[in-house]
Amino acid sequence: MKTKFLELKNISKSFGKVNALGRVNFYIKEEPEIVALIGDNGAGKSTLIKIISGVLIQDCGEIYINGKRMKNWSVAKSRASGIETVYQDRALALQQTLARNIFMGRELTNIFGFMKNKLQFAEADRLMRTIGFTSKVFASGSIVAKLSGGERQGVAIARALYFKANLTILDEPTTALSLTEAEKVFDFILQAKEGGSSCIFITHNIYHAYYVSDRFVILDRGRVIMETDHEHTTAEQLVKDMQKIAKSNGKVKEDINNGRS
Amino acid sequence: MAEHRSHVITGILRLIEKNRRALSALLVLFVMMIIFIIASPQVFLNPLMYKAILKTLPMFIILTSAMVFVIVSGEIDLSFSSVIGLAGWTFALTLRSGLSPYLGVLFALIVGAFVGFINGVLVTRVGLSSLVSTLGMNFLIRGLIYVGTKGEGTPVTYLRDTPFYNAFIGSIWGFPVNMLWALGFVVICVLLFDYHMFGAQISCVGDNMESSREMGIKVATIKTLAFVYVGIASAIVAVQFTLTNQIFYPGSGESLLLVVLAAVFIGGTPGWGGIGTIMGAVIGACIIGVINSGIIAAGVSYLYKEFFYGLIIILALMGHKLNEKRYQY
Repeated sequence: MKTKFLELKNISKSFGKVNALGRVNFYIKEEPEIVALIGDNGAGKSTLIKIISGVLIQDCGEIYINGKRMKNWSVAKSRASGIETVYQDRALALQQTLARNIFMGRELTNIFGFMKNKLQFAEADRLMRTIGFTSKVFASGSIVAKLSGGERQGVAIARALYFKANLTILDEPTTALSLTEAEKVFDFILQAKEGGSSCIFITHNIYHAYYVSDRFVILDRGRVIMETDHEHTTAEQLVKDMQKIAKSNGKVKEDINNGRS
Repeated sequence: MAEHRSHVITGILRLIEKNRRALSALLVLFVMMIIFIIASPQVFLNPLMYKAILKTLPMFIILTSAMVFVIVSGEIDLSFSSVIGLAGWTFALTLRSGLSPYLGVLFALIVGAFVGFINGVLVTRVGLSSLVSTLGMNFLIRGLIYVGTKGEGTPVTYLRDTPFYNAFIGSIWGFPVNMLWALGFVVICVLLFDYHMFGAQISCVGDNMESSREMGIKVATIKTLAFVYVGIASAIVAVQFTLTNQIFYPGSGESLLLVVLAAVFIGGTPGWGGIGTIMGAVIGACIIGVINSGIIAAGVSYLYKEFFYGLIIILALMGHKLNEKRYQY
């Protein structure tokens, strides 16, 4: 059996009495792929990605990177494994400059911890130009609060791109974006795959998901209800499946995709 | 030539933009000085007046500069005034035990840092609001001092004119040495705040704590270090205070609590965290220092001192509000 880049086995997580995730198995293949993680509000998508990115610690279950079990998983270990996350709230500090946001928590410094400010500014400028954000608002000294929602999304994605991830997780990246801005996000995702990076793309928008993704994982009430891929489904079928899941009130069987392959 | 001139202008504008808040505070100081000089030229044009201000100004400068780190991190420290008392008491006790005054300084610094660490733990691990927990620590520590000292002071007059005394409180060509210590401290603060990753991470934490955590910044460590820094600053001030007055008394530092915080805000560091200015805090300290000494030197009743503090605070903050750029958050 081929080693997977990322594998989550029997992951459970509760917040008090709320079971956010219940014995979830999830994986990302070794070859670059784009996986859409779909589900209604409260399905557990954000919890799952926060566990993958190390922000939350699971109550039980294991995480494997390239077949090796990871102990004491953390944000630092997640990043060291090449996992970058672009959060729904974009994890930006709005009163700070674009350069400071890109290097937040990973400042370029000398051995004494003093920042290489000129280098950070130059790298931030280069990065924004590389991904096509050439407008003046994307100057590295710009305060992020000045940017529109889509522009802020661009900064958050640029940050993930700079650190050349093996796996980029995008949590609702196209919410509140214009069509042009959403297209830029799709270009980035496809570019990232061509460059050897996988993506987990979390979205409510089935059509956006279908446009870019290779595989689809549907969560409902903290469980993986369905898995399928581009070959074996259509956007319309996915929409129907989602509606069936929503109406089932959690009573749907986990083998909903039986007979569909 | 025209291009060079344009570069210079752009550079100046960028500098002004970067130091907007500090420049706004400088304007307040400038206007205030003009008014004072016009109202009382015999006092405010007299160099002796500034010699008097320089006696207490170093303490304000050290405390306000350090306090910027805590405020920018999104917290507040109301315990520093009693930490001044506790560190001063530690210093005095060390001397009374016959130990070297340099050891006294070391022990004072350790005590200051330790209280800062406790504040950090209470806020970041126990989850208390810094406003309430440091207020509680302020009372707790001050109470400890009064109980332990039975309300009695400890004189240190015998240190006068010793090399140790001259190193901390003496003067070089008429210029007070403790002001040099304060300026050295400001240089360290500027380096840490504007050029070191510590300052960058403090700003990110105060701006958006959750984002900082998601980006791997050790939020608890950063905030605790900020409290430790204020503790260390308080200890430095405690030693200076004790040496200047040549006595440790149990109420040391009590009067500094609100004026230091006022100076930080007058200097342009807002209360909501994420942004701040060390130079602004220094200017705020100068404003407070001038009011503190100037009012009385000008023959105005000391009863007006708090009135002037309040007036300056409100006018300065109104000025900062007008100066603030409006962003869509």
